[in-house]
Amino acid sequence: MNWLRRGSSEPLWKEEFSVRTADERYVTRRQLTKFLVLTSLGMFVGNIWILIRSIFYKAPIYPHQRVAQLGEIPIGGVKLFSYPTKEDHCIMIRTAEDEYVSYSQKCTHLSCAVYYSQAENRLECPCHKGFFSIKDGAVLQGPPSRPLPRIVLEARSEQLVAIEVKG
Amino acid sequence: MPTSNDLPPQTRGLTAIAGAMSLIAILLIVQIWLLSAALESFLSGKLHTALSAAIFSGVMFLICLGLYAFVDRVDSEVRGSGNGG
Repeated sequence: MNWLRRGSSEPLWKEEFSVRTADERYVTRRQLTKFLVLTSLGMFVGNIWILIRSIFYKAPIYPHQRVAQLGEIPIGGVKLFSYPTKEDHCIMIRTAEDEYVSYSQKCTHLSCAVYYSQAENRLECPCHKGFFSIKDGAVLQGPPSRPLPRIVLEARSEQLVAIEVKG
Repeated sequence: MPTSNDLPPQTRGLTAIAGAMSLIAILLIVQIWLLSAALESFLSGKLHTALSAAIFSGVMFLICLGLYAFVDRVDSEVRGSGNGG
């Protein structure tokens, strides 16, 4: 049994693999440098991936979807719907007699659902207090760095139709 | 007054390697920031920033590679002198 014959305070592996301390430091630093350079390569590959995605980016084609009837909700009222897919939840607010705005309900910070605060007249994310402008979805306060994607609405024969997502 | 030439080659080598590693670490931090900024920009629909980000990231990677080659060279030189002496 190996542990019975150990007399020195050095670990067994140091006895069996006698490497000079200076050399040992070299190997560790060289390995760390190699690891850092490989990480740098990974970052570069990541940037190349983004570049390729940008080059081959195709603008999505959005369906036209009826959202509500004109006058269906009162001024200051809210209607929730999904657009363009069932997983993309959106919020529509009637801000004036003939004025409707609609945004994605997903906060651009960590995807919490935003809600309309009528008292403050803004969209608020309850998770980290990110506030968005009701006029254009711009960030007013908080951790989100991007504005809310806007749903373009069109009035067609007494119907409000979502035609596109911008942003 | 002692100069750096008075130090043993291994100590000088380690200092050079530490300096090169510090530079690589700084470049890596910049690269991480650049990647996150490029991704953020891409996700917000600004596609034109990807090319410049990729070029700068490539340049930084090449500098890192150069520094690694330097570290490797210094290392083998110092080991060579260590073995000879």
